[in-house]
Amino acid sequence: MASRDDIKFLSNPKIGQKRQKYCRFRKFGIKYIDYKDPDFLMQFVNEQGKILPRRITGTSLKYQRKVSSAVKRARHLALLPYETDLLK
Amino acid sequence: MSDPMKNYEVNFIVDPVLSGEEIKATAQTYVDHLKNEGCTIVHVDEMGLRQLAYPINKRTSGVYYCIEFEAPNGELVDPMELSLRRDERIIRFLTVALDKHGVKYNADKRAGKIGKVTKKKKKEDRDNRDRRQNKKRSDKGDDKKAAKEEKKEEAKSEEKAE
Repeated sequence: MASRDDIKFLSNPKIGQKRQKYCRFRKFGIKYIDYKDPDFLMQFVNEQGKILPRRITGTSLKYQRKVSSAVKRARHLALLPYETDLLK
Repeated sequence: MSDPMKNYEVNFIVDPVLSGEEIKATAQTYVDHLKNEGCTIVHVDEMGLRQLAYPINKRTSGVYYCIEFEAPNGELVDPMELSLRRDERIIRFLTVALDKHGVKYNADKRAGKIGKVTKKKKKEDRDNRDRRQNKKRSDKGDDKKAAKEEKKEEAKSEEKAE
């Protein structure tokens, strides 16, 4: 019988696998989210400037609350737009 | 925990139409005002002229200021915000109470530990990722080539066997 190494796949078998999500604030020990850093907060909004849900970013609930308040503060100070298109 | 002082941070955007001296004077009035109220100013951050993400009062840019201060109590915040609201030179303002992590973060940021490091890290990560992906791609390419060659050899050997 052919061993696993001998089998040639037509497509990459790793494509369908899920990558494990994690909370970056817990992993890297970030305690405070700066609302004056729009470049950092850009990772948590989509192209329209909406806050991304936890199921996509993998952020834990505790830090998702902080992210959302930071994004809202940044919007108030006109560091991030309230609504837009083609943000990224 | 026994420290009765509370940490606050007030951000405001000054109208960019004013001259440079007037802008500085505006910021200085609030610094002096806070000092008179018995606060200790931790840091005054002048972030300079920035483009606004959306127009406010038909202005598309503004001069950002951030004053971090320690106050004996929270009673002075309301009158300060009232004077900010009445001031025509100020487009927008935001007062935030800082927790211990925020104080530490701001101290680290002033020491130059945070902004630079994270940015560098991010760039390096991206570069590494790109490199890794490129490597993977090249590896895959090699694999495919190798696989083709193997197949050819197999075919040849089969032919010979026949």
